[in-house]
Amino acid sequence: MSLLKVRGLTKRFDGLVANNDISLEVPEGSLYAVIGPNGAGKTTFFSMISGFLPSTAGTIEFDGHDITRERQDKIAAMGLVRTFQLVQLFKGMTVAENVEVGCHLATKGGVGAALVRPFWYRKQEAGVRARARELLDFVGLGNQADQDAELLPYGQQRLLEVARALAAKPRMLLLDEPAAGLNTQETDALAEIILKVNGQGITVLLIEHDVGLVTRIAQRIAVLDFGRKITEGTPDEIKRHPEVIAAYLGTEEGADA
Amino acid sequence: MTSHAITSTKAGFKLDSVTVGSVLAVLLLFCAVFIYGGYLVTVLQLAMIYGIFCLGLNFFMGYTGQASFGQNAFAAIGGYGTAILCVQYEWEPALALMVSMVVAGVAALVVGYPTLRLRGHYLAMATFALGLITYDISVQWTSLTQGYMGYAGIPPLGIGPFTVEDERLKLVCLIVLLLIGLWISQRLRDSRFGRALRAISGSENGAAALGIRISRYKLAAFVIAAVYASAAGSLFAHTVGFISPEVFGLQMVVVTFTMLYVGGVGTVYGPVIGAIVASLLPEVFRSTGRFQDIAYAAVLLLMLIFVPKGLSALAGLVRSRRAKQEG
Repeated sequence: MSLLKVRGLTKRFDGLVANNDISLEVPEGSLYAVIGPNGAGKTTFFSMISGFLPSTAGTIEFDGHDITRERQDKIAAMGLVRTFQLVQLFKGMTVAENVEVGCHLATKGGVGAALVRPFWYRKQEAGVRARARELLDFVGLGNQADQDAELLPYGQQRLLEVARALAAKPRMLLLDEPAAGLNTQETDALAEIILKVNGQGITVLLIEHDVGLVTRIAQRIAVLDFGRKITEGTPDEIKRHPEVIAAYLGTEEGADA
Repeated sequence: MTSHAITSTKAGFKLDSVTVGSVLAVLLLFCAVFIYGGYLVTVLQLAMIYGIFCLGLNFFMGYTGQASFGQNAFAAIGGYGTAILCVQYEWEPALALMVSMVVAGVAALVVGYPTLRLRGHYLAMATFALGLITYDISVQWTSLTQGYMGYAGIPPLGIGPFTVEDERLKLVCLIVLLLIGLWISQRLRDSRFGRALRAISGSENGAAALGIRISRYKLAAFVIAAVYASAAGSLFAHTVGFISPEVFGLQMVVVTFTMLYVGGVGTVYGPVIGAIVASLLPEVFRSTGRFQDIAYAAVLLLMLIFVPKGLSALAGLVRSRRAKQEG
């Protein structure tokens, strides 16, 4: 069954067509990747799915509900949680607090509960702290929990974003170029984490520039170029597809030779 | 120095020499003022009132990271609400104070709903306009506000037959109310609600992606700030006994901004520290006569240059420097 269905999604910025009639279906529980060269329209595509950018035409359906015109926070509340290519950490908060914010959707209580602090609220807060520690250990940031989040090295900031998104207990995780700016070891560690997340039954939609990472971990891949979807298939099919090699991989192989 | 920082693990509150020192200094100050009385009692009364105002402003500007130049409007609602209800309708002061707070909260809700869609400079301009409009209303609507004349003879705070007439006792009441405001601020900051506010300050996109409804939380912070401001306005009216449009004018915006930034915007204790320090500094320089304003401005500038994160960040600065020397 498809968890996410995108049909004919189009985005025009004045004259420029950033996304042209893109359709794809992400099966529940899968690890799906969207690749494409720089400027292919990947991030635009992503921003429309997560509600950060209105689409010009087309529909987006998540778990059977139309979310094409839905607000970001409502989309997140339905279980579709994203990360950002440019990390959006909460400045002035510690690493652990960043993840605790992630627990927002999984918890309840406003001003009244915060003032009175009934038993259930105190229990919930203790649970939030424990969950944050657990997730930080999961992504390997357990030792930096009390540090200022801004002071983390770039690679670890990306991991923190993943931990934060997981705290929201997503059904589907959208990762926007999570390996951008990471070195080889960091990318390997990230691949490991993404596979583990997917192993827990969370559907992952990954946008990536790093073809090596994608062909290694994704089950299915869609290729974008000039705002269009060129093709879609398993990693092996993608690697052999002539149009893909011409549009994208070809240049890399040329560089390797 | 042989004294090592005593660190308690609870809630990240660290008892080090700087914190203990400043708490002792504040206690000594208040004791001295209580013994000698006089003019400094009034100065500290106003410091407590401004402290309450700044605690509220800190919700919106500190925790949530938004700009508002118009919170004086809600202080005016509090002040005039109290004055009108107590002088013309002879209400109980405590009741007038609470009703004014509710009115200010509802006003903030109505005004904030459309205004808070604006961001950054535009929000700052809109809130600034709000302050100016309120000032104009308080000047022009003479049948309600008595215009420039203002209201005199506002009764002191009290409940039923008990009224607080003594100046020292008034200060004690204000200290207690400030501490309640501080307690609420701290409790709300360290909660799911407070984390959402601080997340918005850190990154609106990041917060929205985690399911935080930005507009609702901004509005909540705005309303809380307005309720605090209204309480401060009412307390001013009860404490001084007189209000006029000038009390809630631009001067108030400038003074409270100074306090917030001197003490440390976004910190729990910063607004209170800032209110006390910025209220006392001019008194310290009073002996310098005509150089008073210059000396005051110079010290404020030095603070903003050398302690840009505010005085409440001093303890942290000293701590990290000491850790560096030891390590």
